[in-house]
Formats: sequence, structure tokens, C-alpha cells
Amino acid sequence: MEQAIFEERRDQIHRTGEGPFELACNRDSLAGAVSQRACVFCGSRVVLYPIADALHLVHGPIGCAVYTWDIRGALSSGPELHRLSFSTDLQEKDVIFGGEKKLKAALLELIERHQPKAAFVYATCIVGIIGDDVAAVCRDVAAKTGIPVIPVQSEGFKGNKREGYAAACKAMFTLTGTGDISDISPISINILGDFNLAGEIWIIRDYFKRMGVETVANITGDGRVDDIRRAHGAALNVVQCSGATMELAKMLQEKYGTPFIRASYLGIEDMADSLYAVAEHFKDRDPGIVERTQQVVREELAVLLPQLKQYRKDLEGKRVAIYVGGAFKAFSLIKAFRHLGMKVVLVGSQTGTSEDYEELAAICDPGTVVVDDSNPLELSKYVRELDVDLFVGGVKERPIAHKLGVGFCDHNHERKEALEGFVGMLNFAREVHASATSPIWQFVPRREAMAKASKGEGI
Amino acid sequence: MSDSPYVSTTNACKLCTPLGAALAFRGVEGAIPFLHGSQGCATYMRRYIISHFREPMDIASSALGEKQAVFGGGPNLKKGILNVMSKYGASVVGVATTCLTETIGDDVPRLLAEFRKEFADLPLPEIVHVSTPSYSGTHMEGWHAAVAALASQLVTEKAPDHRRVNLMPGLVSPSDLRHFKEILADFGVAATVLPDISDSMDRPALLDYEKLPAGGTTLADIRAMSGALGSIECGRAVHVVESAGANLENRFGVPNVSLGIPIGIRETDAFFAALEKLTGVTTPAKYINERGRLVDAYVDGHKYVAGKRAIVYGEEDMVIAMVAFLAEIGVKPILAATGSTCKNFKAALAEVTAGLLPEPPEARLGVDFHDIAEQAADLAPDLLVGHSKGYTYAKAWDVPLLRVGFPIHDRFGGQRMRHVAYGGAQELFDRLVNTILERKQEASAVGYGYL
Ligand code: SF4
Ligand code: SF4
Repeated sequence: MEQAIFEERRDQIHRTGEGPFELACNRDSLAGAVSQRACVFCGSRVVLYPIADALHLVHGPIGCAVYTWDIRGALSSGPELHRLSFSTDLQEKDVIFGGEKKLKAALLELIERHQPKAAFVYATCIVGIIGDDVAAVCRDVAAKTGIPVIPVQSEGFKGNKREGYAAACKAMFTLTGTGDISDISPISINILGDFNLAGEIWIIRDYFKRMGVETVANITGDGRVDDIRRAHGAALNVVQCSGATMELAKMLQEKYGTPFIRASYLGIEDMADSLYAVAEHFKDRDPGIVERTQQVVREELAVLLPQLKQYRKDLEGKRVAIYVGGAFKAFSLIKAFRHLGMKVVLVGSQTGTSEDYEELAAICDPGTVVVDDSNPLELSKYVRELDVDLFVGGVKERPIAHKLGVGFCDHNHERKEALEGFVGMLNFAREVHASATSPIWQFVPRREAMAKASKGEGI
Repeated sequence: MSDSPYVSTTNACKLCTPLGAALAFRGVEGAIPFLHGSQGCATYMRRYIISHFREPMDIASSALGEKQAVFGGGPNLKKGILNVMSKYGASVVGVATTCLTETIGDDVPRLLAEFRKEFADLPLPEIVHVSTPSYSGTHMEGWHAAVAALASQLVTEKAPDHRRVNLMPGLVSPSDLRHFKEILADFGVAATVLPDISDSMDRPALLDYEKLPAGGTTLADIRAMSGALGSIECGRAVHVVESAGANLENRFGVPNVSLGIPIGIRETDAFFAALEKLTGVTTPAKYINERGRLVDAYVDGHKYVAGKRAIVYGEEDMVIAMVAFLAEIGVKPILAATGSTCKNFKAALAEVTAGLLPEPPEARLGVDFHDIAEQAADLAPDLLVGHSKGYTYAKAWDVPLLRVGFPIHDRFGGQRMRHVAYGGAQELFDRLVNTILERKQEASAVGYGYL
């Protein structure tokens, strides 16, 4: 059992309550360890991709573009350019002679065909190696076409997903400050770090609207280039998730003095707290806002709470493992599970920082396993050992759970079910309930064996 | 060369080379696929494959970072293999290169030779390597290259003659593979199916998470391929300089028969004829009956499908096979499109449709969905046939999509879909007729109960 853990990774795993908390993280993945992580490009791609009226051109061989084709359930209320997968599909001769010419021709061709508001060009590993001057090509094409053509320095090998987030923020920052902001309300925000999976940003925007807050830019769910150009005109940046767009908020603060607050729309407290924090920020300018916010929360809870109770009855005491991309999401999930009476026994992420993990460990019950950049062997070992009833993760984690006879909730960017907001909490509870209480688990060999053992029949 | 008039690619109709290799390596018992490159590629391919098969797919990576990309990936490759040995206990490591390591020029065979020397005191696994830069190929080429590498690197001696048949099935579903094995067993011969993902990518619920899923061709069987009665290779597209079957024929004199993927009557007849020839056994009555029932079904259903115009796209081998099938049931394949640039695509289409169609369908190589869509407006198809990535187009044109091949991401049970032999054609035919009937029924104002 123990041997599931690589010696080199021992300090990336911690059990709360056992010694002082220290967790190594933000390291390169270990060779041969089958990390669940993707790459820098992946980080940039997932952040920028939902901008629906921009062209997203992946400069590299075909795979990088194919695997990220419409990868998120990021919905748009208008244009849907983001759902197409554009690539330069580099061929051998481009690798030998350089891909700049092909990139330029591809950009001109696609911009003419689709008339996008801007174009993002993602540099993948190979582009970094063959040394294409992507920035120069972008400048050239921008001058020719009159739209912003923005290089995204996202060569996969240059780190992990976090660097990709930073590269995406840098790219977006070149757009901000270029739009007209004269008609923006003083009670206004940008929503950062939400990707409108299954229409979630529409739920959140509606809450803010009912509070009397104008949303200037969605960054990036249901995103538009022109909105991002005006993002510097918002009075406040509300940033969800520590990793993806924090960098942009910091840059906006530095250059334009826009303050930011962190938010989370998952679970009851975090959702309500986020709304109250925004109200708090504006209450001097708009004294009625606190009252209106309370009203919103009250109305929503009146619908939600009685229904949640139903689910809680069946879920009380069940044990949960969480393994997600960003650590910040895990906080909200832990709290959300408390509302369902469930106990989180494992929590981990691909890209947490040491502060994230410290905070996580602090809110976890003693004995909880905290893990950074994990892999199937470790995850399956803990799911078994900790006797987990439900796993929360993405597509790559799903078969790990299912093979061990454990329920699963898809909480990754591919989900098609809105889990944010008060209504999202209900969807979440419903999904968790549907999986964790299914009768099928009693037929799964591991559960069958456990049931037999507990009846003293032996395995 | 590509038929696309464009420089850019929109919604590619192919996947990258190492994905095919990784999947093929998964079909060898005790093997772990290992990508030499940066972490992202391996993770993306895992996600992609998992979403089709709904099975674990561990692919190790040498996880190169910036330093290694500059100074070479050798140390990470070696360390990665050691790690995989210690944790997975793999008996075979299938190393495939990626675009990155091909471009920085890592000499993998030399690195592996060094590795074998450096760690000669350890019980080393078999290490098979294949060069799979994606800038000069597709996942099908990666698949075939990996199969060829397995045969050329693991079969090193002439084995004593035995009554086995080597079957290189191409990229077909686990259900197809099970069907193949049943057929060979009914011919009284054991089959060495290379690779065999029938178990490893379609596992039962088990007591535990398997580090290495059971199933797959055993090393012993692979080594003994040199003593087989003969080899049958499925897939009409030519991908590699020397295929696995050709390699075994050249080195050990094992007769090699190269066929299409047997879908539909004519291609399956050829498959059974090859089996009869290699084994000297006549086709068991069971299959004669299956064939008879299939013909009977063709007859009963022919009017529903007659003259329907289909666009077929996807992997070259599968496209050719589907065109053969459609042509013989009276559906008109009007366009056969693939993202690959294999040389004999057009010739193969002409061959499989000879005598069935007045002329073969228009063939297009190296195209993406944008190219296909542009042409589709004029072609006015009634039907799309291909993997599930064509769904958005089918929806836009309001025509049904018959899902076949890989990947099936928007339906359940892709790994259980059967295409091959008379039984597979039967399932396909029923599915196709029913798809068309369902459309008809939905579109009918009256809502006929008898169609
Ligand atoms: S770099 Fe090459 S191997 Fe990696 S995902 Fe892209 S195309 Fe595939
Ligand atoms: S090639 Fe690089 S950028 Fe593309 S998927 Fe692989 S690691 Fe990521």
C-alpha cells in the first residue's frame, strides 16, 4: 500500500494534525509519476478561451489544439467563435524552416473569414524551441488588420498551469485601458475568474443586478473583447479563484488603482459572503445596497434551504475526497459539504500555493490528507484507505473513483451542470445525492466484499 | 499532400501521433505507455482517451521542463522509466516521442541503450520505442508505427512453428476485438492479436484499482509471432514504411495478408477467405448463417436507405471501411474525408467501391471540418458517418450522425460498439436503418406506427 507514494513526493502530502504543517508545492511534476496536471498552455487556454468574439489560434502541431477544442462548457450569449478549434497544424517543414510565415498566413486567413474583435495566438512547446518570433508576427498582423493580435507566451514546458494563468492575464492586460469608460456607473464591477460553465455567470450577474451593481466585463465567461477594453472603468474587481485571474486584478490595481476582493460562488456561505462583500464595498456610495443584498440572499435561501434538508438526510456522515485543479475551489467545496453533513477526508489540487494549502489544512478536520500534484496511484490508495463514498474531480479522476466503487461529482471545467450560486448549490446537492446514494454501489466488488466482511463472512 | 486550399486548420479531423502509439501500447500485457516530452501532452491524451473508454488510462511522461528542453531530456527519460518501474512494476515500457523531444533532437534509441547499460544490474522491463512527431503524422500513423515497433523490437528470434494466426486489427473497438477472437477460436486457431485492447480498455468492475489493467497481448505470444501460420493486417491505408506483418514476413517468412478492416459483406468475405487459406479450415456454419441473416436484413431494409447521400470522415482506415459498407447497402458516399495524407487513400476507395458504385466518392486528404463543411453545403448530405466530433455539423445541417470509430465523446458505450465482420455490419445496418426511420417518424405529421 505505502509503496504507492514516490519518495520524492513525500513532502507533497500531509495529514492534518500530524506534526507542523508544511507542504512542498509549485514544483515541476516528477518524471514517470503520471501527474494529473497539464501544462502552461493549458492554463492560458482555459482562462482566455471563453472570450467568445476573439479568435483563439493555437500555434503548434495539431494535438494541442485538438485536445482543447470546446473543452469547457463555457457558454456565450452571443458569438461563439471560441467553440471552434484553430491551429496552424505545424508540419515537418515548418519545424525545420520556422513557422512564422504559416502563422501569419493563417492569421490573415482566419481574421478575414471570421472578423473577430481580437486574436490570441498561443505559443506551444515547439514554437518555443524553433524560436518563432510570435510577437513580431502578431504586431505585423495587427497593423494590417487593425485588430489587436495578442501573443500568449504559453509554451507548455515552461512550468505548470499557474504560469499559463499569468501569461493569459498579461495578454488580457494589453486590452484593458483601450475602451471608452465614460458611461460606467460608479457602482460597477468586473467579474473575474468565472468561466460561465453551464451558464453560471448569468446566475451571478443576476444577483449583482438585483443588488443594483453594474457588471462591466465578464472575465472571461461569456466574455467580449470590447468589455475587457473597458475593464479599467469598473469600480471594483471581484476575483473568483486564487489562481486564474488574480494576476490581472493586481495589474489593474497597480495601473488604475482599482481595488479587488476575492469571491467564491460555490456553496451557501461563500456565495452570500461574496455578495455581502461587494455590498459592503459600495455601501457608502449606495446606502440601500446592503438591504437589497440581504433581500436577494433571503429570497434565494427561502427556496434553497428546505430542499437541501431533504438531501442532507441521506448524505449525513458520508466521506468525500476532493481533487481539483485550483486549490481555492476546494475551500468552498469543504464548506458546501458541511451543509450536506458530509466529511471531507482528502483534499488536493494540481496548482495550489503554500498559502492555499496552509489555509486548507486549517479548515479541515484532523486526519484529513492534503496533497499537491497527485497521481492515480496515490489517489486510489487514499480513496481506499480513507473509505471514501464520493469523489469530486474532473474527467481524469472519474475512472479512479468508479473503479473503486465510489460515487463521483464532476467539478471540473467540463461540467455541464451549473454548480455556482444558490441554485447551483441545489444542483450540486442533487448531483452528489444522485451519485452517493445510488443502489448500484452494493454490486461493486469492493463494496460487496466489505459488506460480506462486516457480516463476518470473510472475503 | 493536403487537399485543403487553406493554410489554417479549423476543427481538425485527426489527432496527434503519440496518442495512437500510447493506445496501442496499452494493448500489451503489463505495458505502460510513456511519452517522452512535456507533461501537458500526456495529460491531454489521457483525458481524451478516458472520455471515450471511461477507463483509467495512465500514461507516464518524462515531464520535461525548460531546462531539459534546452539541455536534452535524457536524464528525465531515464528517471521516469525508473520511477515507472518501481511504482507500476511494468514489464514493458512503450516509449513514444512527442513533437518537443523530436525537435530538440533527443536520440531515444541511444538514450535507452545507455539506460540499459547503466542499470544492467536491475531487472529491467522490455523497452520499446517509437518515433512519433505529430508534425508528420496522425494518431493512426502513431498506432501503426507503435505496432510495427512492437513486432520489430520484441520479436527477435524465429519461434518454433505453431497453429496461431497473428492479427493486427487496426484501431477498432474492444467489442470488435472480442468478436475477432471469437472468430479465430471458431476456426480452431489461437490468435495473437496485436495490440489487444479488448480487456485493458474495457474492464469489468473489480475489487481494486489496477495499476496496470490486466489483458493485452502477452510478451510470450508476441515473441512467438515469428512461428505463426501467418499474419492478417487490417486497414487499407498505408502508413509505415514496413508494417508489423511485412516485418515478420521479411525476417521470418511468416506469410502476411493485408486487408481492409472487415466491415460489410465484401470486406468480411475477404477476411474469412484469408482465414480459410491460412488455417486450411472452412468457415464454420455459424458465420455462413450470420452472413445469410445479414443479406436478409440488407434486403428487408434496402428501401429505407436507398440513395441516401452520406459524408464519411475520420480515420483513413475506418473511412475506407465505412465507404465499402455504405456502398454495398445502396447508400451513396458522396465525400470521403480524412485529416491524414496517406498516399493510397483514393486508390483504396476505388477498390472497395468497384462494381458497387458508378464511381468512387470524392476523396479528400489532409482536410479539417471547415473544409468538409464548405463542401457539404453543395453536397446536401442526408447523413454523416464518423466519430462524434462531427456532431456540431450534423446539428447545424439537421442530418443524423451515425457514430462510428474513435472518439465517441457524446454517447455512452463507444468501446462496446461493434463494427467488424458480419455481426458488426448487422449492428451497424440496424442502427443506420433505425436512425433513418426515427427521423422519418419524427418528421411525420401523422406519426406512423408502421414504417
Ligand atoms: S506537442 Fe505534439 S505530441 Fe504534444 S499534444 Fe501537441 S501535437 Fe501532440
Ligand atoms: S506540446 Fe506543450 S503546449 Fe502542447 S500540450 Fe504538450 S506540453 Fe502543452
